Amino acid sequence: MDFVQDLREAFTGRFGDKLRIEAADFSKCGCHLDITASGTDIEAAASVVDGLGFTLEAISGVDWPAEEAMELVYDFNKMAEGGRIAIRVRVSREKPELPSISKIFGGANWHEREAHDMFGFVFSGHPDLTPLLLPENATFHPLRKDFSA
Amino acid sequence: MSLDAKSIQGETFVVNMGPQHPATHGVLRIKLTLDGECIMNAEPVIGYSHRMQEKMAENRTYSQYFPNTGRIDYAGAMIYNFGYACAVERLAGISVPERAEYIRVITSELSRIASHLLWFGPFIIDLGGLTPLLYAFDDREIILDLLESISGARLTYSYFRFGGVYNDIDDDFIAGCRTFIPRMRERLILFRRLVTDNIIFRKRVEGIGIIGPELCRKYGATGPVLRGSGIDYDVRKNEPYSIYPLFEFDIPVFKECDSLARYHVRMEEMNQSLRIIEQALDKLPSGPVMAEKVPRNLKPPKGECYFNVEGARGSFGIRIISDGTEIPYRLKLRTPCFANLSLFEEASRGMLLADSLALLGSLDLCVPDVDR
Amino acid sequence: MMEFLSSEPMRLLVSLVGIITFVALNAAYLSLLERKESAWFQRRLGPIEVGPLGLLQPIADGIKLAGKQIILPEGVDKILFKISPVMISVPVIMNLATIPFSETIVARDIHLGLLMILSFTSFNVMGIMLGGWASRNKYSVISAARVVAQNVAYEIPMFLITIALVMVTHTFDLRETVLLQSGGFWNWNLFNFGASPLMPAACLMFFLCLLAETNRSPFDMMEAESELIAGAITEYSGMGFGLFFISEYANIVVGSCLMTILFLGGWNCPFGLFPGLHWFLIKMYCIIFVVIWIRWSFPRIQFYGLLNLSWKIMIPLSLAHLLLTCVMVKIW
Repeated sequence: MDFVQDLREAFTGRFGDKLRIEAADFSKCGCHLDITASGTDIEAAASVVDGLGFTLEAISGVDWPAEEAMELVYDFNKMAEGGRIAIRVRVSREKPELPSISKIFGGANWHEREAHDMFGFVFSGHPDLTPLLLPENATFHPLRKDFSA
Repeated sequence: MSLDAKSIQGETFVVNMGPQHPATHGVLRIKLTLDGECIMNAEPVIGYSHRMQEKMAENRTYSQYFPNTGRIDYAGAMIYNFGYACAVERLAGISVPERAEYIRVITSELSRIASHLLWFGPFIIDLGGLTPLLYAFDDREIILDLLESISGARLTYSYFRFGGVYNDIDDDFIAGCRTFIPRMRERLILFRRLVTDNIIFRKRVEGIGIIGPELCRKYGATGPVLRGSGIDYDVRKNEPYSIYPLFEFDIPVFKECDSLARYHVRMEEMNQSLRIIEQALDKLPSGPVMAEKVPRNLKPPKGECYFNVEGARGSFGIRIISDGTEIPYRLKLRTPCFANLSLFEEASRGMLLADSLALLGSLDLCVPDVDR
Repeated sequence: MMEFLSSEPMRLLVSLVGIITFVALNAAYLSLLERKESAWFQRRLGPIEVGPLGLLQPIADGIKLAGKQIILPEGVDKILFKISPVMISVPVIMNLATIPFSETIVARDIHLGLLMILSFTSFNVMGIMLGGWASRNKYSVISAARVVAQNVAYEIPMFLITIALVMVTHTFDLRETVLLQSGGFWNWNLFNFGASPLMPAACLMFFLCLLAETNRSPFDMMEAESELIAGAITEYSGMGFGLFFISEYANIVVGSCLMTILFLGGWNCPFGLFPGLHWFLIKMYCIIFVVIWIRWSFPRIQFYGLLNLSWKIMIPLSLAHLLLTCVMVKIW
C-alpha cells in the first residue's frame, strides 16, 4: 500500500531512526503498521500523520502493572485507502505525563479526557482536563488494575 | 435569577438543555451559552449513562460479555454483537461457517434498518412533526418481531457466538423477510412523499448544520455524518469484513454537508440494506451455523487485535488485548457516537437554537453509545 | 312572569351562562377531538377507556386538573404569575358575547363587534408574555419573547384584511356582515371578486393568521415542545395550566367563528335554502378540523421563517389586497 511507504518516509524524515516501525499482519491484528514512540515524540508524530490525511480513531489506555508502565495506543486511519496504523507510547505508572495532541486533532480532546479519567494520564497542553465520564469530583482511576471499588 | 434590565442588554446567559429533555435522545446535558437565540457555545456534558462497560469486560469471560455488547448501542445492537464476535474470532483464529456468515449479515442489516427507523421518528419529532414516528415504528415492529422469533430478544440481542450464531433461522423467518422487503420499499417511497418532499421540513434541514469534511476528519466522525459530508468511507466497502464483498450494494454519499444530506444518506442506506438482505436470502447456503470445536471457555492466544465494523451510527471498533486467559486483559470500545458528538461544540457555534436541534438530531446519537 | 323571563337582564344572564357553557364544553371536547383525530392520523385509537368511545375523557381530565395542587415556584412574581392565566381566558369568553351564531342567537349585538374582538385578541399576547416572564425560568422567557414577536407579526396582516373587508361591508357589526352574505355561496365574501380579485388569497392569509395568533402548529413557537419543553407555561400546574388549555381551544373557536362570519357566510346555507345555527356550526367545526389536521401533519417552521412569512410575504400581499379593495370599491 502506498501510504505505508509515504508514512515510513515521512517518519524517517522527521525522526530518523528514533521510532520503531513494524509492519503488521492486518488479518491478525487489524492494523498495517505498528509504531512505537516515546512520550515526547507523540506530538510530532501526530502532526506527521495529520499531514498525510489520517484521522484519529481512538486513544486506548492500557495498564501494565507488571512492567511498571502504562501504555497509550493511538489508532489512526486513512479512510481513502483503508489503511490503519497504531502508535504506541509507554509512560511510567508513577508519572504518566505526556503532551496532548488535541491542538492537532480536535477529536483527541475527548479521548484524552477519557484516558485521564480512567487511568490518570496527564496530558500537558490539554485545554480542559476535567472528568468527562466520571463525576466532576472523582479522584480515582477505575481502569487501573489496582483499582477496587 | 433576577432578570433586571441590566442583565438583558447584550449579555449572554447560560441555559441547560437536559439531562432530561425531549430532544436530547438519552441522558445528555448540553450547556448552552446563548445570546438571544444564537448559540455562543454549546458544551456537551456526558457521563450520565456511564456504566464502565470496559471494566466489566475485565471481570467476565469472553462469552459472558456478549450481552453487554448488545447494550452499548441498543438501537442497532446486532451489529455490535457482530463486531465483538469478529474481533475475538480474529484474535483466536476461529473461522465461521458460510451459512452463519449469511445469517449474520441478514440480521445485521435488519438491525441497521430498525436503527434508522428509530432515528427517523424522533428526528422529525424534534422538528415538530409528530406523526411520522408512528408510521416508522409500524415497520420497525415487523423487524423486531422477525428478530425476536430467532433470537428471543426485541432490542438487546445476544444472538451471535464465537464461530457462528446460536440458533438457525427457519422458513418462517425467511418468508417474513421476503414479505418485508417489498413492503419496506413502498414505505420508503411513502416517507419520501410525506416527509422528504415536505417544504417545511426542507426549510428546517436544508443548509442547516454544516459539518465540513475537514472537521469530520479532525474529530474522527464516521458513518452517515461522514458520508453526508462527501467522504466515501464505509467499513463494509473500504475495509470489508465477513462476506460483504460478495454482495452488490452502493454507499450513498452526499456532498452538501448539511442535515438534509445526512438524512438522505440514512434513507438511502435503508434501501441498500434491503438490497443486501435480498441478495443474501437468494444465496443462502445450507450447512451448520456454528463452527466446531470452539471451546466454551475460550482462551485466545496472547496478543492484541483491532476490529471495526460499520454500525448504524458509524464505525464501531474494538481493541482486545488478551493475556492468554479466559478473561480479556483490556477491551477498548471505540464507539461512533462519542466521536460524532465531540464535534458538536465546534459545529454549533453561531447557530440558532432550533437549528442546533436539527443538527443534533441529524447526528443520530444514542447516548449510552457515547458514554458506554 | 314571562315578561320577567324575557326581559333584558334575564336574557343577558341566560346568554352569559350559555356562552360559558359553550366555551367550557367546546374546550373540553375539542381536546378530545384533537386526541382522537391525531390518533386516527397516526394509526392508533386515542382515548377509548373512559366512557363509551372515550367520550367522558375530558371530564376525567377536568377533574384531575381541578384536583391538582397549584404550585407557586419560589421566586416567581406572584401577582403576574396568578394574573396571566386569567388575562388569557377572560377576554376570549368575552369575545364570544358578540358572535352571532344565527340571526337571533347572539348575546350582545354590538355595533363595533368586530373591533372589540380584534382588540381583545391582543390580550392573548400580553397574558403569555407576563406568564413567561413571571415564571423565573429561562426557557419561559425565551418562549415569551418568541410569542410576542410572532403575534405582533401576524396581527398586522389580520387587521389589514379585516379593514379591507370592512371597506366592502361598511360595517363593524358582525350580524350585518353575515346578512350581507345571504343567498347562495356565491354571495359569500370568499368569492366576492367584485371587492377584490385577491379575496380567496385574503381568506387563506386570514386562516394562517388564525393559526399563528392561536399558537397552533406549524406556528407553535410558544410551546415548541422539543426545544423548550412547554415554553411559557412550563411552570403552571393544576388549574392554572387548565386555564391556558381552555383558552387555547376557546381561541381556536373564536377564530373559526370569525372566519366563518367574515368569509364563509356565517349561518347562511350554501344554496340559500335553510339558513340557521346548524350551518354556522358545521362551517365552524370544519375549520377546526382542518386546524387540528394541520397540526399533526407538518413539522414546525423555523422562527425566522415564520417572521419572514409574515413581514415579507403576507404584509405586502395584504397591503396589495387593501389597495385593490380601495380601488374597486371606489370604482363601483
